[in-house]
Amino acid sequence: MRWYLKLLPPFFLLLAWEVASILINNPFILPTPVSVAAVLMTPMADILGSGSIIDNALLSVWRVVLGFGLAVLCAVPIGIIIGRYRTIEELVNPIIQLLRPIPPLAWVPLALAWFKIGLLSIVFIIFIGSFFPILINSIDGVRRVNRTWIETAAIYGAKGWKLLAYVILPASAPAIWTGLRVGFGVAWMCVVAAEMLPGTTSGIGYLIMYSYNWGQVQVIIAGMIVIGIIGIGVDVLFRAVEKRKFQWQEMNR
Amino acid sequence: MTVIIRNVSKTFTARQNEPLIALDNISARVANGEFLCILGPSGCGKTTLLRMIGGLDHPTSGEIEVEGTPVTGPDPRLAMIFQEYSLYPWRTVRSNVGFGLQMRGMPYEEREKIENRFIGLVGLEGFGDSYPYELSGGMRQRVAVARALATDPAVLLMDEPFGALDAQTRNRMQKELLLIWEKTKKTVIFVTHSVDEAVFLADRIMVLSPRPGRIAGIYDVNMPRPRDRTGVEFATLRRDVLELIDRLEDSQ
Repeated sequence: MRWYLKLLPPFFLLLAWEVASILINNPFILPTPVSVAAVLMTPMADILGSGSIIDNALLSVWRVVLGFGLAVLCAVPIGIIIGRYRTIEELVNPIIQLLRPIPPLAWVPLALAWFKIGLLSIVFIIFIGSFFPILINSIDGVRRVNRTWIETAAIYGAKGWKLLAYVILPASAPAIWTGLRVGFGVAWMCVVAAEMLPGTTSGIGYLIMYSYNWGQVQVIIAGMIVIGIIGIGVDVLFRAVEKRKFQWQEMNR
Repeated sequence: MTVIIRNVSKTFTARQNEPLIALDNISARVANGEFLCILGPSGCGKTTLLRMIGGLDHPTSGEIEVEGTPVTGPDPRLAMIFQEYSLYPWRTVRSNVGFGLQMRGMPYEEREKIENRFIGLVGLEGFGDSYPYELSGGMRQRVAVARALATDPAVLLMDEPFGALDAQTRNRMQKELLLIWEKTKKTVIFVTHSVDEAVFLADRIMVLSPRPGRIAGIYDVNMPRPRDRTGVEFATLRRDVLELIDRLEDSQ
């Protein structure tokens, strides 16, 4: 498709927004695109004494890095162990299946009870949210490692950590990477939601909630756009690595 | 290196079904440098027998000896080549060929020379930095052969290595394998269900019957190589073996 055709839908969306905002004529319900753009154009400007959009967004990213990083450190090794040993899988699978469908936000009261309001609670929610996608994909990736690859390794005497490092890990890396990408997406949603909890005083989620209290709807929409851009940016990064590093997976018939 | 198979039986016990006797009292002696083909219809346990020689499976009773020592698991004296999907797709051809050496702890500089030598031996010069997905099926199997030879095993175990290739490629690979075998003097145990392939390659053909797998016949092939597939002697032997296999399948 020609590239300029792809610009048409966003253009019409903007147009519809512009028209709607003029018709509604109430910036507390729908501000004009121009007023939102004005907020986005000055991302370093302080907003109602709560810091700039950039400052708050970076803070949210940092929280995600903590929670997500912790989840990676736990879920990948656990996933490899579970995927490798049938017995362990059969033992823990019911627990995983029970915990997995609980939405991360349902953990909020428990998080507050355990860690009080603050960084630890937010990191915990993010951890819970990204832990399961990473775990499930790691288990699956390890379990699906081609049997011939493992037997070939056995023929050449690869056992223990050598088998893990040279066969199991590289073979399951694409699946684990998919887990990281999905896990990060969930983590990003979790941080925004967690930051809207009462008592939080920073972060992009807090900023848009706070802006609501002050009727700054243009800041709310600008913040949402920033959230979307960061989310899509990280996803694109993950996919770019996937394409470069794990090309063999698709090409391998 | 001599391989001795002594009264080997293998029974599989699936949960609900009655035990399945895959192999029943197989005995054989494979001489040093011999090319043995194990031939049989599907379900005769030929792959199971090969896997037990390679240490990937264990006999229910009986034992397998290589040069006087019993096989208890994968053994550096034996290398196995599978039908397909055995190359590591994230590794280059060179790195695949060097895999066995790397697992044995050989440093990179030493490996490189050996890798290049065996890449050359199987006719893949210039493909060292390619990835398996960039190669044809025949080329991939050459890489698998090079990988096995690079570790310098005494015995090559081949499990229908050309079974997934088209007829033309298959014929060419058979000829090349014989050339390599004559150069390297390895003992080869080659599993196939193609009578033609067995008659073309083997010094000796062991025919197994299906369920339970028993030795149904042994043929010495004394034709000089390269063998003429259209010759009378070739056709006669192929017919004899085919008749035996037909009879085995009919008696099922």
